[in-house]
Amino acid sequence: MIKLLGILVVAIGFGFRVNALVVVLAAGVVTGLAAGFPLREVVALMGKFFVDNRGLTLAILLMLPVVGLLEKHGLQERIAVLMRQARAATAGRILWLYQALRGGFSVLGISLGSHAGMVRPLIVPMAEGAAKARGELNEATRERLRAHGAASENVGNFFSDDILVAVGALLLVKGFFDTAGVVVTLEKIKLWSVPTALWVIFIGWWRYRALDRWLDQRKDGDK
Amino acid sequence: MNAGLTLEHFFVLMGLFLAAVAARIALNPAHPRRWGSTAFWLLLALAIGAGKLLSSELVGWIILVMGLLVATRQVATPAFPAGAAERELRAAQLGNRLLWPILLVPVLAIAGSFVVGSQIALGLGCMAGLAAALWVTKDTARAPVAEGGRLVELLGWAIILPQSLAGLGGIFAKAGVGEEVAKIVAASLPVADPLVAVIAYCGGMVIFTVLMGNAFAAFPIMTLGVGLPFIVNANGGDAAIMGAIGMLSGYCGTLITPMAANFNLVPVRLLELRDDWAVIKAQAPFAAAILIFNVVVMYGCVYRF
Repeated sequence: MIKLLGILVVAIGFGFRVNALVVVLAAGVVTGLAAGFPLREVVALMGKFFVDNRGLTLAILLMLPVVGLLEKHGLQERIAVLMRQARAATAGRILWLYQALRGGFSVLGISLGSHAGMVRPLIVPMAEGAAKARGELNEATRERLRAHGAASENVGNFFSDDILVAVGALLLVKGFFDTAGVVVTLEKIKLWSVPTALWVIFIGWWRYRALDRWLDQRKDGDK
Repeated sequence: MNAGLTLEHFFVLMGLFLAAVAARIALNPAHPRRWGSTAFWLLLALAIGAGKLLSSELVGWIILVMGLLVATRQVATPAFPAGAAERELRAAQLGNRLLWPILLVPVLAIAGSFVVGSQIALGLGCMAGLAAALWVTKDTARAPVAEGGRLVELLGWAIILPQSLAGLGGIFAKAGVGEEVAKIVAASLPVADPLVAVIAYCGGMVIFTVLMGNAFAAFPIMTLGVGLPFIVNANGGDAAIMGAIGMLSGYCGTLITPMAANFNLVPVRLLELRDDWAVIKAQAPFAAAILIFNVVVMYGCVYRF
């Protein structure tokens, strides 16, 4: 049971809104020590995992100079102009389309974008531009739109990568059952990943239609 | 392709970029936390750029010192000048040319992933995107460092959260935290019932993913602790259906946990949101709707096909 001390640290830390980085580092040290590892070994483990996972920030750190430079020269303003011209575009439709496209490419094992590469430079400015073309946005509305932009990336990314190409999750599931001595075929795992992927597209349609309606009503409320 | 090109080259490049960001902060007397921030970004430059050369323990201490700098509020983001009028003008001058460097990156990353590794392809795509952006904007080579640095400082400490969480997940796994949780789930619920077993398994995947921040870490533990003994062995359920839908249930947990920092917290900083939970709040209805669907489909099918 003492091994679960780290989880308690996480729960309390997040509950009291302590800085997330501080919580995570503290939980790592506490868990390692509680499990009986010496401090120096726990620290070395953290260092090793950090170095092994540097790739996690590659997409962010190398993309930000490109995004920053283009933003300095008016990327977001240009997208806003384009969106004023595109009458059929609504924030919800743009986000739904992005979610579906992201998912569609994910089926093929292709990662179309990321928060730094697509959402900040393109998708959020497009959604904001489309919403702005139908009325001014206050800070709370913008904040909500942006959060939905990040959500469309995550939801699109997560739920359809087990259908066609054997990557990551699919190999993990298959490999796990092979090791456990349970016979499963890749084809069957792929097949039974399809219903949820379709459902996610439907839920996206419903969510983003609700978002569009909320945006329209909010405008009425401002008048 | 160039056989000598490895990911390590890109890490060195990232380290140099971070060192340049640190230098710019050190040279800025108006920065609100000048020396603490300089130290933070310099240490990160070292951990990323030279991580392979340093001992694991040294990198570990570097990370902890960075955490200490954050905890004592020595790292801050300055207010950046807006310059909206200037940007409007540039947008009108450059027009749609501003868009294509951004689109070039994923196109090259996708095309390149068939030739070299996908991360190397992405790195090369970013380099090409940067070259294209410089060519379109005719700006100096300093500008991407300054503007990239602006965004890096907006991200702040969140940038090392994903790696730190990977570390925590690794330590959890080494300490056997997962087995402990699976035991509690199995012992506290009447999992012999077919429906309860499905709910406990899918719900357990969610809870576990929320705690670990990673469905991949939750899957083997929950499947070994609850899925295989109760759904497959006790009730004759189908392992492939269970595994496929179980994994997708874990992703519902990923949607609602701050532990999945690169998905849920990094974009909060990147999109300059004030509420740390904004992305999670936007995703929570997705997670609920998908989880319910998964439980229904699994219960309806796992014992039948």
